Amino acid sequence: MPATATGVFHRSYTSELRLRHTRAEKTRLVLVALLVLAMPFLVSPYWLTIVNQIGIAIVGAIGLNILVGYTGQISLGQGGFLAVGAYTSAILHMRADLPVPVSIALAVLTTAVIGAFFGIPALRLKGLYLAIATLASQEIILFTVRTWDAVTGGTDAISLPRLEMAGFVFTDDFHWYWIIAGFAVLAVITGRNLFRTGLGRSFMAVRDQDIAASAMGIDVTKTKVLAFAISSAYAGLAGALTAHYTGIVTWERFTLDVSVLYLAIIIVGGLGSIAGSVYGAIFMITLPALITRFGQDIQSAWSEAAAKVPAVQVIVFGLVIVLFLIFEPRGLNRIWQRMKDYIRFSPFRY
Amino acid sequence: MISRAYQHPLNGSRMPPGETLLDVSGITLRFGGITALDDVSFRVTQGHVHAVIGPNGAGKSSLLNCLSGLYRPQQGSATLHTRAEGSSTTTSDLVRMKPHRIAALGVARSFQNIELFRHLTVLDNLMLGRHVHMRHRLLASLAWYGPARRQEIEHRELVEEVIDLLQIQAVRHTPVGALAYGFQKRVELGRALCLQPALLLLDEPMAGMNAEEKEDMARYILDVHELAGVTVMLIEHDMNVVMDISNRVSVLDFGALIADGSPAEVSSDPEVVKAYLGEELSE
Repeated sequence: MPATATGVFHRSYTSELRLRHTRAEKTRLVLVALLVLAMPFLVSPYWLTIVNQIGIAIVGAIGLNILVGYTGQISLGQGGFLAVGAYTSAILHMRADLPVPVSIALAVLTTAVIGAFFGIPALRLKGLYLAIATLASQEIILFTVRTWDAVTGGTDAISLPRLEMAGFVFTDDFHWYWIIAGFAVLAVITGRNLFRTGLGRSFMAVRDQDIAASAMGIDVTKTKVLAFAISSAYAGLAGALTAHYTGIVTWERFTLDVSVLYLAIIIVGGLGSIAGSVYGAIFMITLPALITRFGQDIQSAWSEAAAKVPAVQVIVFGLVIVLFLIFEPRGLNRIWQRMKDYIRFSPFRY
Repeated sequence: MISRAYQHPLNGSRMPPGETLLDVSGITLRFGGITALDDVSFRVTQGHVHAVIGPNGAGKSSLLNCLSGLYRPQQGSATLHTRAEGSSTTTSDLVRMKPHRIAALGVARSFQNIELFRHLTVLDNLMLGRHVHMRHRLLASLAWYGPARRQEIEHRELVEEVIDLLQIQAVRHTPVGALAYGFQKRVELGRALCLQPALLLLDEPMAGMNAEEKEDMARYILDVHELAGVTVMLIEHDMNVVMDISNRVSVLDFGALIADGSPAEVSSDPEVVKAYLGEELSE
């Protein structure tokens, strides 16, 4: 490199297409990787449970962001698709006696197919109307789960044995952490890759301007259905992981509340951003846990206030979403970028 | 003879210059009781700049929308002639096809009100022009593996030539929503060019521009036509531009074709004068 070289410049398209260019970016990646590896040794068992929930939420949130943030198809059906993943994997494992990796893989595929099916209304509907149509898919799936006794066990919960692979039993959160973290990292990498390629670009084209997209040769029908399928595949994976991790599958875990929570995660994190899905998942899962913890801490000192904690949680949940929509609609991801810029340009303002 | 330093041809048609590229025949388009296009027929010749003019509401944009598959006319056909390497001519009727199939045949277009992908960078917008020439495999894309990565680089080369042709190097990485209007119009032309069009449809490429910007845009269109050899069909209101750059002009008025010929013929046609200026009241 010549002595006068300053800033970031590229000598080949290959180098430009890399995700990280500067030393600071590479250093941050190493730090994050170290943090992921060290995490289970640093936190208490209680917080490791939360971390595992975050990991699963990251997988589901990336899936939803692919659909809502990148393809612009609003979906309120995420809870339903999680349920499909969880029930499929649990049933295949318990009834058909398939090994867990196979049942999870089949659950992912099944959810993708069902997601594509429920994506068909998106071919005719947009915006709020699509949101209502996907709300219907959420209710239809949960209704089916509750009433199809012969297959799903109806309103009774399915309990699953501890995961056992090649003689090794995954007993606690520490063991599960590695599985969940592995899948979360995989979800981040595949999500990031998808939107570096022409396929991911066509999703964003459909979001921004579907008529122009079709005039440029993008099959909008196929793209929308594919986006639903991919998104649901991630949701199916998250659902299947929940099932085997918690060891119990019940419809109450996949209600409309969950769909709304996932939407909140990607709005708070940042629509149309993989990193945002991660930040959102961390934020929206940690926040209620912190409030609960706070309630326990003041239990002895002020028990009346502690009894109100569940109500406070709901209020804070709503407040956070409203505040983000007002002050930073582009979410945590944008806030993080602004912080980086502030340091990069310092001492100048821009 | 086309001579330039660029490596990639932008003209996607192998029809020899002078032959019919597009044969529009008897197109009739109705919206309820309104007849937007009434039995419109004309031919677009390979290698021409073909202008479509007419007063507001004459049906010019509707005609373009029929050709790119966004509207479906009730009657008529629009036959595109294409020729594969060394073989004979095949014809396809655009009227029966979906927009993305028409784009795959090489009919690219720009829109009257800019319809770019606002949140994407200039580069991404232009790369989307390459969409029909790329293969999109899901697993390879998720893994950023082999062909998925290689084709990003291969197609980038042509895109960079278009960026150079239109002089938009400086804004390559800017989201198009943040660009000035004139740049956006240029990017839209670029996106259509990246498709390597057999036929380039431009819907008012100079609308809302000042004289200088119009000159620039006219220059780019002439470059595309003369250097790259692309057949252009454009809608334009500025008569000076139309008369200067087009080889042939079709005039629409209230959905009907009232004149079709060289710019000189059309400008002296009494029907055209009547449509634009009205006629004197005879007492």
